[in-house]
Amino acid sequence: MTGYILKRLLAAIPVLIGLSIIVFLIMALIPGDPAQAILGNFATPENIARVNRELGLDKSLPEQYFIWIFNVLQGDFGRSYILNRPVLDEILDRFGATLILAGTALVLCSIFGILAGIASAVRQFGWTDRLVTLVVLIGISLPSFFLGLLLILLFAVQWRVLPASGMFAVYGGGDLPDLLYHLILPAVTLAVVATGVVARLTRAAMLEVLRQDFVRTARAKGLDENTVIYKHALKAAMVSVVPVIGIQAGFVLGGAVYIETVFQWPGIGAMLVKAISTRDILLVQGGVLIVAAAYVFVNLLADVVQSLLDPRLKT
Amino acid sequence: MADRQAAIEITNLTKIFGGNRTLFGGKTHEIHAVKNLTMTLHHGETLAIVGESGSGKSTIARMIVGLETPTSGSMKIAGQDSSELAREGAAAFGRKIQYVFQDPVASLNPRKTIGKILEAPLRLLKGYDSAKCKARMKELMDAVSMPADALQRYPHEFSGGQAQRIAIARALAAEPDIMVLDEPVSALDVSVQAQVLLLLEDLKAEFDLSYLFISHDLAVVESISDRVAVFYFGELVEEGSAAELFASPNHEYTKKLIASAPRLEIE
Amino acid sequence: MSAADTTMSAEVDADAPPARPTAWQLLMNNTLAAAGFWIMAVIVALCILEPILPLPDPDVTSLAERLAPVFSEGHLLGTDHLGRDILARLFSGMRVSLVVGVTASVIAAFFGSLIGLIAGYARGRVDNILMRGIDMLMAFPYILLALAIVAALGPGLLNALYAIAVVNIPFFARNIRGITVGLAGREFVDAARLSGKGHISIVLTEILPNVLPVIVITMSTTVGWMILETAGLSFLGLGAQPPQADLGSMLGEGRSLLFTAPMVSIIPGVMVFIIVMSINLLGDGVRDALDPRLRAGALARPMAVTKIDRKAAPKSDDKSALVVTDLETSFEGTKGTTPAVKGISFSLDKGECLGLIGESGSGKSVTALSLLGLVASPPGIITGGTVAIDGQDVFGMREQEIVALRGRKVAYVFQDPLTTLHPLFTVGDQVVEAVQAHQKISKSDAWAKMLDLFRAVRIPDPEQRANAYPHEMSGGQRQRVGIAMALANDPEIIIADEPTTALDVTVQAEILALLQNLRKERGLALLFITHDFGVVAEICDRVAVMRFGEVVEAGDTMKVLSNPQHDYTKRLIACVPKPGQGRQFLDDVRKLAAETQNG
Repeated sequence: MTGYILKRLLAAIPVLIGLSIIVFLIMALIPGDPAQAILGNFATPENIARVNRELGLDKSLPEQYFIWIFNVLQGDFGRSYILNRPVLDEILDRFGATLILAGTALVLCSIFGILAGIASAVRQFGWTDRLVTLVVLIGISLPSFFLGLLLILLFAVQWRVLPASGMFAVYGGGDLPDLLYHLILPAVTLAVVATGVVARLTRAAMLEVLRQDFVRTARAKGLDENTVIYKHALKAAMVSVVPVIGIQAGFVLGGAVYIETVFQWPGIGAMLVKAISTRDILLVQGGVLIVAAAYVFVNLLADVVQSLLDPRLKT
Repeated sequence: MADRQAAIEITNLTKIFGGNRTLFGGKTHEIHAVKNLTMTLHHGETLAIVGESGSGKSTIARMIVGLETPTSGSMKIAGQDSSELAREGAAAFGRKIQYVFQDPVASLNPRKTIGKILEAPLRLLKGYDSAKCKARMKELMDAVSMPADALQRYPHEFSGGQAQRIAIARALAAEPDIMVLDEPVSALDVSVQAQVLLLLEDLKAEFDLSYLFISHDLAVVESISDRVAVFYFGELVEEGSAAELFASPNHEYTKKLIASAPRLEIE
Repeated sequence: MSAADTTMSAEVDADAPPARPTAWQLLMNNTLAAAGFWIMAVIVALCILEPILPLPDPDVTSLAERLAPVFSEGHLLGTDHLGRDILARLFSGMRVSLVVGVTASVIAAFFGSLIGLIAGYARGRVDNILMRGIDMLMAFPYILLALAIVAALGPGLLNALYAIAVVNIPFFARNIRGITVGLAGREFVDAARLSGKGHISIVLTEILPNVLPVIVITMSTTVGWMILETAGLSFLGLGAQPPQADLGSMLGEGRSLLFTAPMVSIIPGVMVFIIVMSINLLGDGVRDALDPRLRAGALARPMAVTKIDRKAAPKSDDKSALVVTDLETSFEGTKGTTPAVKGISFSLDKGECLGLIGESGSGKSVTALSLLGLVASPPGIITGGTVAIDGQDVFGMREQEIVALRGRKVAYVFQDPLTTLHPLFTVGDQVVEAVQAHQKISKSDAWAKMLDLFRAVRIPDPEQRANAYPHEMSGGQRQRVGIAMALANDPEIIIADEPTTALDVTVQAEILALLQNLRKERGLALLFITHDFGVVAEICDRVAVMRFGEVVEAGDTMKVLSNPQHDYTKRLIACVPKPGQGRQFLDDVRKLAAETQNG
């Protein structure tokens, strides 16, 4: 097992390198003078010269990459001229908020998605199934940012039971109950789409598995229906659901961009949107790289869980 | 010293799968599918290749028609060296030798009509114009006892036995000298199986063909082949005329194989 | 043309599949999909007609009329903060969103499918390089890469379109590659190569037509997303730039007025929802219509016990261990129910082996599965007859009673042990589970019992093999596990459904010998389903020959085989080549065919 984890960890290295190359190359997409773009309003000739020197913009692309990645590995993501602070500091301040939001949403979507999927497969064509199918369909068709606005209108404006924005109350607060209170709306909004996807896939996987020969064997052994469904079928179905949850981590991390904007959640997503509109390229680069790296590790985790379930994958 | 009567001459043929270098300088697991095989298919005969799973019989067949490249060794197909044929491309193989697959349904493209399927070899291998193609298609359908209106239909409209007849017609369309029959009746029910075997036997005489007949079913092999070659884990363990081999097998494995075959003996 | 062939063609015509409904009919039969289709049709029509509809200019501002409520005069849906007519803006925004979403989806589908086709067909290094690149793109959280691209190119609708398209390429590439790899290994591709087709021709004329439905399915299920994502980028202010507006940017602009004039943002939001919902409904319908597995209704969940709806439950005085009387099993289809087993009767006594032989479609396996209600239902229904085990009518029992019977009184051995054993549990655990299903004994006792069973079926080194997973064993070993599982509760009857068909001959001989020994040692009754007369001759005391769901002939094995009474049995036996018969066999077949033709 440790051997397998080690192998997966090693395999993650080229992926991370590839990620960093793509993120780096985005700079090369910038039309015009990158130093000018990075500095924006702060572009004095001295500043431009400084950025050119720091990033090696006068050198060849591969050289620039090595300079950049070398700096990144040392924790130097460059400087945000708009915020006037190092990129890493800004990211570290906000990364926790995004992890809390995305992590909660991922847990919610896994639990409710899998439960709804199973319920809907087991009671196929019954009212549970219809209800789940309908909710799932609405969930995946509703833009999450619009859903966020609707929930704010209902819970914050109409009924005034939950806060409309922020992570903590402005006065007082700052403790865990306060955080949870603020977390409910954004986390639920973020989880809705992912829940729909997980539920759909769990349902399909369960129905697929229930048709397999080995389920018939389990029945022929005289196992009761619950053992057949919740032991034999569920375990086999989970093998295909786990990687989907890994992929949902990506949707949740990406979707945080909208939710953080709508709910003014102080995370990396909101930061990225602001940074893009102010053309703060280095901040975008750093933020994207960190979130993508986090995603790689979540997927790694999903791989390991999947291999624990399925012995055929370990070889 | 070429045997003028040889349809296929195989010399020291070997096929190894795997054994590729990996990223860290190691080698992936090697499988010797065919080991140093020397064998001849004479003109006009039916040579059966018999073996169980893992015996390498399908690999041999795929190499002979150019779908797989040998690791070493040489083959002469209807007098021409296979490496020459390989250089000329798949069409060069197709003109001399054709293949009939085990699963007839899988061997027909589900999205093409039978006419379209037959047209490919007629145009590409024989270079016929459309009038000639049409005429030949009718003849081919007739040769395999299928109605001409089958040409407008799709593969899923036919049963296994009919699909295999169509697949045989496609192989015949290339007017080959040699046919490789890879378990052509294994997927078929017994009653259909007998009819297809009979058809193959008749076609062989009619079109002056040589057959390489691959099968795991000894009774079927005995009924259609002139000579039999028994394979075990990639090696040719015994070869001889069908009558002799079944009456008095020499090799231990052949004996075991014959003893294992379920037999229907009625006095 | 030989006479034999005409009989054959006539015979197999009967089992040619019936005509299928077209994809379009299937789509329109699906109410939800049809609804999605018509909503989309209306929306597209409105988008096309927009220039000639009597609407005000969507970009004309009129501060005097700002924030007019819904249903105000001249402004059906009111006006926004700059006094622009929301209905007019909704129409133009809808058009922009649709065009951008569909264009992005077409671009992604084209490049993604191209990459997938090339990688899947070429394999090897090309595949490796292309797919590693795709993996890199997939390694980004979905929308983040799009953000990064927009960040570099600058905000704008066109840039958003490119970004969304690029982000979706991997999805198509992966899907299409998977399908292509499967297709490229299929026999018809090899056959096309031997027909003289080159690589490009094979990809375009053999593989692409088979991949096309998948591309369409993938597109129809992703267009909705892409519209959502472009709307999302616009919502964030990174897509459409003022004065141009799509639904997303309208929503984004309205957001600041959420508390004062919520309708300004709710209207475009609802519109996005309606569009995406109807596309998703349509997409699901398209998928169901084009996916042949769903067409066959394969995804309905089978119940624990086959549905029983008997017209009659005849009684029999036969005191044998297993008595089947007038069993009729049918399958529900779109055109009503068709019987697969049409009233067959047989009995099986202790220590006896009965062979049930027939060709495909004869109903022999359905019969075997019917006995304990294991036919998948839907679509299976037991429509008549009785199965009596020790005189008790199985189909008259409650569900739990039937389940309790399975594996205890009557056990099954199935055909292909690789698919019939659970891939994720060790073989030891699976047999232990079978033991504990009917015996209240501790796990360690059950484990010991399992080891005994493994020894009884001659699995070498059972302590160690018990911890193996099915994929780690050979076919013969797996089938021994299957037999051990069947023996777990000392059943009286074993139903073996083609237990040796997936095995090599030498292994088959061993398994048959094992079954024969066990039967003698334990006095088991064995119902043996097979298509192979040789196997029947070897192990069965009696045989019943089945055809089209009926038993045409039954009796003592040797009698039936040496002196068949029914024409079908005669013909079938004549079609089996016998050892030592040699080429004589084909001459006999030729004669037989001529006789059938003349008589």
